[in-house]
Amino acid sequence: MLSFTFLKYMDVAPRISGLLSQRKCSGLPSRCASMFRVPFTADRYNVRRRDYAKLSEDDLRVFRDIVGDSGVVTGPEDLEFYNVDWLRICRGQSTVALRPKTTQQLSDILKHCNTRKLAVCPQGGNTGLVGGSVPVFDEVVLSLNLMNHIESLDTVSGTLISQAGAVLETLENYASERGRVVPLDLGAKGSCQIGGNVATNAGGLRFLRYGSLHSNVLGLETVLADGTILPFGTNMRKDNTGYHLHHSFIGSEGTLGVITQVALLCPPKPSSVSLCFLGLNSFEDVLKCYDETSKALTDILSAFEFLDTECYTTSYQEHNVSPPLKPFPFYVMIEVSGWNAEGDTNRVSSLVETLMNKNLVIHGTIVNEPSHMLSLWKIREGVAEALTRRGYVYKYDLSIPKREMYNLVEDVRKRMGSSVESCSGYGHLGDNNLHLNIVTKDYYPEVTKQLEPYIFEWTRKHKGSVSAEHGLGFKKRNVMQYSQSPQAIKLMQRMKELYDPNGILNPYKVLPDSFPS
Amino acid sequence: MSLRVLVGVKRVIDYAVKVRVRPDHKWVVTDGVKHSMNPFDEIAVEEAVRLKEKKVVAEIVAVSCGPPQAQETLRTALAMGADKAIHVEVPAKEAETLAPLHVANILAKIIQEEKIDLVILGKQAIDDDSNQTGQMVAGLLNWPQATFASEIVQDGDGLKVTREIDGGLEVVQVKLPAVVTTDLRLNQPRYATLPNIMKAKKKPIDKKTPADLGVDITPRQEIISVDEPPTRQAGAKVADVADLVQKLKEAGRI
Repeated sequence: MLSFTFLKYMDVAPRISGLLSQRKCSGLPSRCASMFRVPFTADRYNVRRRDYAKLSEDDLRVFRDIVGDSGVVTGPEDLEFYNVDWLRICRGQSTVALRPKTTQQLSDILKHCNTRKLAVCPQGGNTGLVGGSVPVFDEVVLSLNLMNHIESLDTVSGTLISQAGAVLETLENYASERGRVVPLDLGAKGSCQIGGNVATNAGGLRFLRYGSLHSNVLGLETVLADGTILPFGTNMRKDNTGYHLHHSFIGSEGTLGVITQVALLCPPKPSSVSLCFLGLNSFEDVLKCYDETSKALTDILSAFEFLDTECYTTSYQEHNVSPPLKPFPFYVMIEVSGWNAEGDTNRVSSLVETLMNKNLVIHGTIVNEPSHMLSLWKIREGVAEALTRRGYVYKYDLSIPKREMYNLVEDVRKRMGSSVESCSGYGHLGDNNLHLNIVTKDYYPEVTKQLEPYIFEWTRKHKGSVSAEHGLGFKKRNVMQYSQSPQAIKLMQRMKELYDPNGILNPYKVLPDSFPS
Repeated sequence: MSLRVLVGVKRVIDYAVKVRVRPDHKWVVTDGVKHSMNPFDEIAVEEAVRLKEKKVVAEIVAVSCGPPQAQETLRTALAMGADKAIHVEVPAKEAETLAPLHVANILAKIIQEEKIDLVILGKQAIDDDSNQTGQMVAGLLNWPQATFASEIVQDGDGLKVTREIDGGLEVVQVKLPAVVTTDLRLNQPRYATLPNIMKAKKKPIDKKTPADLGVDITPRQEIISVDEPPTRQAGAKVADVADLVQKLKEAGRI
């Protein structure tokens, strides 16, 4: 069994990677990356611990006073969940996770940590894809898991008020029972929490229809680094009374404050939904399909996703379901939601007939039964997990103009050749958002060197974003400059100093390592 | 072999939808609720289509008993590969009290009229879980039956059917004509695909009524009440073994 400390020595790594790539995977388990314990972030990546205090017995006593014994987790096996991210590419070394139940408890915890200069890692569902939700060193994990109470949903205005730790799927079911929908939907919905979604400005499958959280979050209750509780504003859609402070927290990934309550605008629930799953022969056809679809169905379109054949195949194989369609180079999913079942069905049929007459679509299915829609969505939503079962996944989440989007996948595939297992792309085509995934047998620094900054420079050349919706977290903290000006970055650093003078909130994340200088 | 197959398809509340008890506690809420083909019936249609692809079956007739919306279910069956569809129209109110014996009598009549050689039905519907219709049809026609099929293979002039039973698997030989009911592991149904979905919209659906077939659908049972299962009580944590034993004694368990 190879120990990962060997990989710290660069001259050894190329030899090992050569060795592993020569062996057929038949000798190795299908989930190669988990054959090894996830190495500590501190060992694997180039990062240095900053000058924070170290946890003491006194600190633990204070925490136990605030949240009780059951709210303080110190057992090494229990801490595994809090220390390792969902993608299993980061492992922190925290020795304590705290689980407050109320905003006041959370505030007391932060007040103490700020006085002591203890670093804190706020954590929701821990489903983030950029290592932003787990500690890098020994930061105190501040878990929102127990703050999951749903306060209310005003069925007239659609305003949903909930504690930040409520799981997205739970909120979706709650809203659904009351004739509303939560304006975002992602594959991680069974585990992710609304606080984390807001902190990362999560996008997801319904972004196309409902827009970003910036337009749907009416207010936040946040706790600042020194324990100050910043209460809700008015929760009205229109409120131009001063600077819109809550927007600074949306997308701040836990570095400016900890979100404890969210007021979310939930649109009315459509009564008729249908889904097309189509097979296409080329990305050119996918683009033409999008053009036709947005012209014909723009007011009822609620999702437009694409997958390439590698993603589709990996997903249905790993999830053990029979493929809905014959093999095609590309697949497209078109969802429409509205209130006019017959009218909408006719419009969809008419569009599909047009697509078939133009030979853009050869094969596909249209369903409107909830059970069938769920199983088709599982294929798209299950791609990320399926790829992780095949090895280590280099994940890139980019905004690129749709006409050029797949060129990147092809360029990277050509560039990496046989040094990687696969190179595939899928994503929210309607939002110009590509998820590029390169699967290797394991993490290899030389592979990283070949991919970065090549991919970021490619994206910058096309004036795209190097992180469309996943955020920067830990893994992308040093790439902000590919999509932001130096002046903007300087302003962000000053904001950080203003909100969190001691820098205790989620250090080593979002802002580049060069800060604080 | 070139068998004529009849497949029964029932329109039921989609299994992904949360079912709610009607305020009068006489049934569940169906208005505005999404329905779909009973999953076991999808498996039945799929099996018939596969047998047709293997040239064992020559023609597939899909039948559904119910309100006008049952036609959507029949269109799905046509899109999956059925050749012909018959809708036995039963108004919504009466469809609520339509029982397996009524359906079995209706199907038996159609089977005789259509000169059917093989009947494939879902083992049960997911709304009433009766698991009776297939068996009753066989009884009424005096045909052999092979229920809970997980595999159907041509065997000379008849069929060899593997059945899923409590003890494991049982293989039976049936002479034709016969009734087979499908179990979950028989196959994974295909999605109806595009050119077929369009074509199915234009295919004609024969309409009949129970009266046309001489079947009386007067309800023979009355539903007294329908309720949700009792809510699960929260568990209690115990401090140690002595406490556990004490609590079990108090609850009368030991």
